[in-house]
Amino acid sequence: MSAATLTPAPQASTERPLAHRSFVRDTRIVLLRELRPVARDPFSLLFGLIQPLVFLGLFGPLLVGSAGATLGADVWLWFVPAVLAMTTLFGSSVTGSNLQLDISSGVHERMLVTPLSRPAQLVGRALKEMVPVLAQSAVVLLVMLPFGLRPNPLGAVLTLLQLAVLGIGVGALSYSLALAVRKQEWMFWVVQQTVLFPVMLLSGMLLPLETGPAWMRAISTVNPLRYVVDSGRAAFAGDLASSAVAWGWVAAVVTAAVGLTVGVRAMIRSAD
Amino acid sequence: MIRTRALTKDFVVSRTRTVHAVRGISLDVEPGELVAVLGPNGAGKTTTLRMLTTLIEPTSGTAEVAGYDVTDRPGRVRAAIGYVGQGGAGGAAQHVRDELVTQGEIYGLDRRRARVRAAELLEALDLTEQADRKVESLSGGQKRRLDVAVGLVHRPPLLFLDEPSTGLDPHNRANLWDHILRMRTAAPEPMTIVLTTHYLDEADTFAERVIVVDHGQVIADDTADALKAELAGDLVTLRVPAEHAAALATIAERAPGTRSVRVADGGVRAQAAGRAPGVEQTVEIRTADGPGAAPGLLRAADAAGVDVRRVDVARPTLDDVFLGLTGRSLRETGVDGAAPDPDEPTNAPTSATTKKEVPA
Ligand SMILES: Nc1ncnc2c1ncn2[C@@H]1O[C@H](COP(=O)(O)OP(=O)(O)OP(=O)(O)O)[C@@H](O)[C@H]1O
Ligand SMILES: [Mg+2]
Repeated sequence: MSAATLTPAPQASTERPLAHRSFVRDTRIVLLRELRPVARDPFSLLFGLIQPLVFLGLFGPLLVGSAGATLGADVWLWFVPAVLAMTTLFGSSVTGSNLQLDISSGVHERMLVTPLSRPAQLVGRALKEMVPVLAQSAVVLLVMLPFGLRPNPLGAVLTLLQLAVLGIGVGALSYSLALAVRKQEWMFWVVQQTVLFPVMLLSGMLLPLETGPAWMRAISTVNPLRYVVDSGRAAFAGDLASSAVAWGWVAAVVTAAVGLTVGVRAMIRSAD
Repeated sequence: MIRTRALTKDFVVSRTRTVHAVRGISLDVEPGELVAVLGPNGAGKTTTLRMLTTLIEPTSGTAEVAGYDVTDRPGRVRAAIGYVGQGGAGGAAQHVRDELVTQGEIYGLDRRRARVRAAELLEALDLTEQADRKVESLSGGQKRRLDVAVGLVHRPPLLFLDEPSTGLDPHNRANLWDHILRMRTAAPEPMTIVLTTHYLDEADTFAERVIVVDHGQVIADDTADALKAELAGDLVTLRVPAEHAAALATIAERAPGTRSVRVADGGVRAQAAGRAPGVEQTVEIRTADGPGAAPGLLRAADAAGVDVRRVDVARPTLDDVFLGLTGRSLRETGVDGAAPDPDEPTNAPTSATTKKEVPA
């Protein structure tokens, strides 16, 4: 039977206008909802700091020993921006697991039955990633000051902002992954772990890529994280007008744009 | 309020397997009705609700909810309906009150009015004490009340409840129902409620209309009383000495109103006070009016020298209705919608308590 055989909807003639929906308002609702548990329990963010602090504490000294000769006293200016990028990558790439929880518990379905805009449900969640990224990065910077870290102040602030943009992108991709594998939940961690370490190593985060083989350097040219790491190093050293910083912004913005686009599409198709 | 025509949903699971979850359901629900959808696991209840609430698109057929087509105007439908799904509605790490305020804002209330509405709902659903606790710390019954509260934030004229009381103990179930019915009548115009349930007594007690779904199709649709009277009938059970059972069965078959007679297999060794020990058997009689038929049966038995030792008259349950319709008991049956032949019960009645006759 087709729709044509149905009598027209009784309300059709006297249709009330729907409550005005704005994408910005919907995004704000989602964002604030995501931030509430973080604001209530800010110390939960400290867990995300364990890994970077381990790297700073246990890998940093090795680096000082081995690369100290070439990098000299600037070893922290070289390594801390990388650790900040790592914190962003590790923290934001697991955020999809929160959405997985909401999917399996029914909360996500509940949201889909409301008139809340679906793109806003992804964008709001992804924007929230800025908060842990900024907070955690700030803590790492403060922790490293007593150890002799002296970044260019403006460079440090700009790097944090760049990482926040990157975090939006990585978070959005993590949500996309959670939505894509929602019928095989375990896949989330398989994919996340499989992608995470290559991305990390191919960014030159831990050891300079310049000393690696040509094929590694070739692959790293398509790794946005590499540009963000390089940008952070340049900015910390005070080289704010360098092309490295510009490329860092391009990489962060492109990651965010791709992540949000993919994520919004996944969100719209996430009901069944 | 709801109008579906030949609503169908197929899930393509793999290239060789398609699950026909819903097979052409046509329904009309009027404003103010309280309808229970009853059916075994996998019957297609949730899938039907998910189509009506715009979560999934029908494979074919049409559905109009609150006056709007679910496929063409999903936004309109979403704004008009409340939905309490099979899962929970509150995020584990969120506070109870915050979730209600957020939901209020989602439906267009400003923050102040959302807070007022949240407080109202907390009060109405007895959650004020838990308002500032995390959802994950709530008990099962409290969580379910929160889910209902979330579904009611925008005072929807139509509320869908998917197994609202599953997993709750009898006390909490009764309590939840109290709340639901109170919210229903508190609304300016009585809310239309469509719910699915596994609890037969629940459908029986609360629903004004019962829709029985099996294998993705509606197999019965009426008031609980009418279904029971039409499809099951009362059950009169008589216990007699084994050697009298055949005679009693013959008498019962001739009695007016009898639909079917069954002599239960196996005797019961009985030792009644002041009587010689012996084997007794049970004769089960389905009849239109049990209390009316029993006296006549007893008189006829007496006249024929049949020694009736015990009498029991039971009104039918909705399970008897389902049994009458499908030959299976709802309680014991789980059906996979993917069963190749919908007419072939996956679970044949085997238990001794299952009655085999199908009413005329
Ligand atoms: N997304 C899906 N993909 C594939 N099959 C599905 C999907 N959703 C439901 N099904 C199948 O469709 C059939 C009907 O499922 P549905 O959830 O509607 O049953 P139900 O009546 O709600 O059962 P229950 O009482 O157990 O909740 C089942 O066989 C189920 O396995
Ligand atoms: Mg179900």
